[in-house]
Amino acid sequence: MTTTPPAPPKNRTLMRPATVKKSRSKTMTWLPPIVVFLALIGVWYAITFLVLDEKRRFLMPPPHEVVAAFFDPATFSEIMVALGRTTAVALIGLAIAMVIGIVWAIAMSQAKWVERSLYPYAVVLQCIPILALVPLIGFWFGFEYPARIIVCVMIALFPMVSNTLFGLQSVDPGQRELFQLQRANRWTVLTKLEFPAALPAIFAGMRISAGLAVVGAIVGDFFFRRGEPGLGSLLSTYTARLRSAELFATIFVAALLGVAIFALFGWIGKRAVGRWYDFSA
Amino acid sequence: MTIAPPEVVPATTTGQLLHFEDVAMTFPNGTTALSGVDLTVNRGEFVTVVGPSGCGKSTLLRIASGLTPATEGVTQVDTSRIGYVFQDATLLPWRDVQSNVELLAELNGVPKAKRRATAKEAIELVGLSGFEKHLPRTLSGGMKMRTSLARSLTLDPELFLFDEPFGALDEITRERLNDELIKLFTEQQFAGLFITHSVSEAVYLSTKVVVMSGRPGKIVDTFPVEFPFPRDPEIRFTAEFAELCGKVSHALREGHH
Repeated sequence: MTTTPPAPPKNRTLMRPATVKKSRSKTMTWLPPIVVFLALIGVWYAITFLVLDEKRRFLMPPPHEVVAAFFDPATFSEIMVALGRTTAVALIGLAIAMVIGIVWAIAMSQAKWVERSLYPYAVVLQCIPILALVPLIGFWFGFEYPARIIVCVMIALFPMVSNTLFGLQSVDPGQRELFQLQRANRWTVLTKLEFPAALPAIFAGMRISAGLAVVGAIVGDFFFRRGEPGLGSLLSTYTARLRSAELFATIFVAALLGVAIFALFGWIGKRAVGRWYDFSA
Repeated sequence: MTIAPPEVVPATTTGQLLHFEDVAMTFPNGTTALSGVDLTVNRGEFVTVVGPSGCGKSTLLRIASGLTPATEGVTQVDTSRIGYVFQDATLLPWRDVQSNVELLAELNGVPKAKRRATAKEAIELVGLSGFEKHLPRTLSGGMKMRTSLARSLTLDPELFLFDEPFGALDEITRERLNDELIKLFTEQQFAGLFITHSVSEAVYLSTKVVVMSGRPGKIVDTFPVEFPFPRDPEIRFTAEFAELCGKVSHALREGHH
């Protein structure tokens, strides 16, 4: 039996001109979105100054006014405090959705009849217009943080359930038989095979849920408009008062929060399973 | 795991490890995969089953291993130490070579220190020393298969079942792994039941070649192979080898109609 010594992988990367290739591909990743961004700003200015007359300009204030409104000290601190609250709601909601989603999916993966009885409700949860339920949730649970978190969980839950279930069920049948041959019990199969195998799908679901959790954290607050204002309350207030520059600034902050949380969970997923799975972040 | 010097020829101690009598397998959907199969694997034997794809060869192994019970006939397995090598390497991608090889011992509750040592030894046997920390994705097809072999070797099997393990490998890798398998067979003294659709692989590896016909799978012929162990790769180019391959191929064609 011949033994080839393990090839030191670092040598290989040294041999090709990796740096040149990398910098070019880096430009190629960053350039297109920047061009699009500049084009969008251009279109925006065009709409503000060419399409809208002065009286209706508040419908779409020019970008520099939005930036100015954002950096106005009073508005800035208002938005930042609201951002902190919304982030907290989103993260707590996401954590709860993760736990419920994973437990729910594991329960369904254990027996076909459990899946048959519980999966339809996951789909129903996904399909009901949660917006219509938001006021009800407010009446039932009050208009404070718990209600906001509940709305957030309801919106963020489905991808966790469906992705985890998909991951648990997509285990290779050969690997299952390998465990079966050693008479491994359910718990062992779950912890040593199914759950690790499902991790890439779980992290992918977590990333989708993270984006939804931000939406969920804003939606409840937007409708309740009570208690300590988060980004949702701010959006609602700015809309009511026609403070459109501040409204736009808040919308961008909310969008950036979503992107940041999405990216964060992409990064966490890559850290967790990227070693053995091509997790596209 | 006992490591005997390589010149030791497989134990001639008889005694059957696996015995099929009139075994049949009909799936719930009504397909008959096997019918009237009589097959015995004794200690020291390496039995290879050749047959067209879909003839129920794999079902034979699944019955032998207890994964699927036969619907008819007598199945007698006289050992609990059964190794099973699948068509795919079925490695867990999140575990490195060392911990993949340790898996079966781990599932059987072997303490950590002991299973580390056993795995180390098995990794050495298949020639993968130095690759312990490598993840499956960084291994070639042949190396994955060796890892899979090592994993089963940790069970110190008396009966080793192989389900077309080298079918997906290139010719060169396959021949090399055939030689290494023969070496393992002579050193580790397990009995083998090997499924393949390659006639030359069947003749080269085994002490007995069993030819199956397709749908429902039936044994149509059996050929003893008399070449001495350890086998010289050069026998592949001899007239006797070619003649035996010819006979097996002929039986395969006959059984196909």
